[in-house]
Amino acid sequence: MADFLLAAAGFVLATVTLGLVRILRGPSEADRIMAAQLLGSGGIAALLLLAEAMSVPAAVDVALTLALLAAFVSVAFVKGFARSGADGA
Amino acid sequence: MSFALDALTILAVSTGAFFFLAGTVGLLRFPDALSRLHALTKADNLGLGLVVLGLLFQPEELFAGLKLVTVWLLTLLAGATVTQLIARTARPGGAQE
Repeated sequence: MADFLLAAAGFVLATVTLGLVRILRGPSEADRIMAAQLLGSGGIAALLLLAEAMSVPAAVDVALTLALLAAFVSVAFVKGFARSGADGA
Repeated sequence: MSFALDALTILAVSTGAFFFLAGTVGLLRFPDALSRLHALTKADNLGLGLVVLGLLFQPEELFAGLKLVTVWLLTLLAGATVTQLIARTARPGGAQE
């Protein structure tokens, strides 16, 4: 079972890492933050799977923290974007 | 019994991983920002939800299971809020308010 969960964690992580191509291609800032958001939730899933596969319960706490920080990143982005947009207009 | 639980875990985690794959493909292939946002929320909510569901079938204490559900609920809440905010900036003529 641990092997399967480990493989699933690797698969999810590889998938969302591939999604980072969107950061390079853009075209808008919103697309870039979306790729970062996907990496955040994929990282949470991978951490939860690792916690079970390797019997490291503390990794669930790390996932909880990552969930909180991923939310803050996007809120900070929108706040900053609205401010720079207002300056530019 | 344990075999049935393991099968349920494999089924749910595999489906969750598939949603992550689908979300990434959508993020890379969809033509505009709003449809990409749609693909992203599927990966966020369903992918992570199914992974958490799959892990709940593994025997563990009640508290550990509750914590897993908490992670998912926090992601749901944050995802729903953040998606609205990002959609506002992605909308043509958005981010003015």
